[in-house]
Amino acid sequence: MALKVESEDPLSERDLIRAIWDSILQLFGEYGASQTNLYLVEFNPENGYAILRCSHKAVDMVRASVVAITRVSEKPVAIHVMRVSGTLRALRKKLVVGSK
Amino acid sequence: MRKFVDLHLRPQINDLGHVEKMVEISFSLGYRSLGIPLPYNIKEEKIRQLRTICENVGVDLVTRVDLVPKTSGELLRNLRRLRRKFEIISVTCHSKSVARQAAKDRRVDLLAFSTGFPCRRFFDNAEAELASKTGSALEIDMAPLLLLTGFPRIRFLSSLRKEVVLAERSNVPIVVSSGATDVSLLRGPYDYGALATLFDLSLSLAWHGFSENPLSILEKNRKKLSPGYVAPGLFVVRDVKH
Repeated sequence: MALKVESEDPLSERDLIRAIWDSILQLFGEYGASQTNLYLVEFNPENGYAILRCSHKAVDMVRASVVAITRVSEKPVAIHVMRVSGTLRALRKKLVVGSK
Repeated sequence: MRKFVDLHLRPQINDLGHVEKMVEISFSLGYRSLGIPLPYNIKEEKIRQLRTICENVGVDLVTRVDLVPKTSGELLRNLRRLRRKFEIISVTCHSKSVARQAAKDRRVDLLAFSTGFPCRRFFDNAEAELASKTGSALEIDMAPLLLLTGFPRIRFLSSLRKEVVLAERSNVPIVVSSGATDVSLLRGPYDYGALATLFDLSLSLAWHGFSENPLSILEKNRKKLSPGYVAPGLFVVRDVKH
């Protein structure tokens, strides 16, 4: 899933993934978190674009957790899910098409 | 393609820059109609300014008023005064008598309840039955879900889960709105749909709550507020001069 992170100050990759894990743990607990197989594939702090990989069975769970984040390291943040796709290749293609 | 509507965008209407920013972001997230709550005594000039901002961005402005009456008498007085002035009327029910009166009055479009106090959410079986007869919809704001944390959010989710079950059982339409006061609380309709699964609202119903349900209310009310409207199914087509 492709994300757009909007914050006033740039975030580090570490802060972002920690915030996502915290949100999943808060909403779905350790049992739910164990089903997500979450991995931050890439994150560009300059433009705020990130790609997150997760189990296809946990897409809604991860999406809900990601959009529920309002603060990262005490800084106000809004995260929007831009695209969801089955493979990284298709996701990148969709993002390129969407940006044109 | 679905047309998404956010009936409860709450910018600071005195700060037109803030309104413009929120409208622009809502548009980029996929909303095409936006309901902005306005004060009872708002001037036409102000509504025109807001409409211009929305039109410049490419969004349809829906005028809305949020009533918070203390008694059912106050609710009836306000409905009589304001029904023909605004396209959407929402009633935030802080007491059971107000909730019942609002549910059985056809002039009320949306029923809203307190988010902070679960004991003040009066959407029970009887309320759902009354609302289903008059066609009032249950409005669920998503902003509190983002703002609350820990135990208050657990209680809020639990109340919403019960209300969704009751609404579905009695065929009460559910309208999902952002309730956002700031750009950081704005999310796209599909993101809100994922959040709505937290209180067991299915994705398809959540999207209905962001598109078909508010659109049908809006269409019905605009028809009623149009100059030729007399009664359901009865319109003035032309004046016959004697």
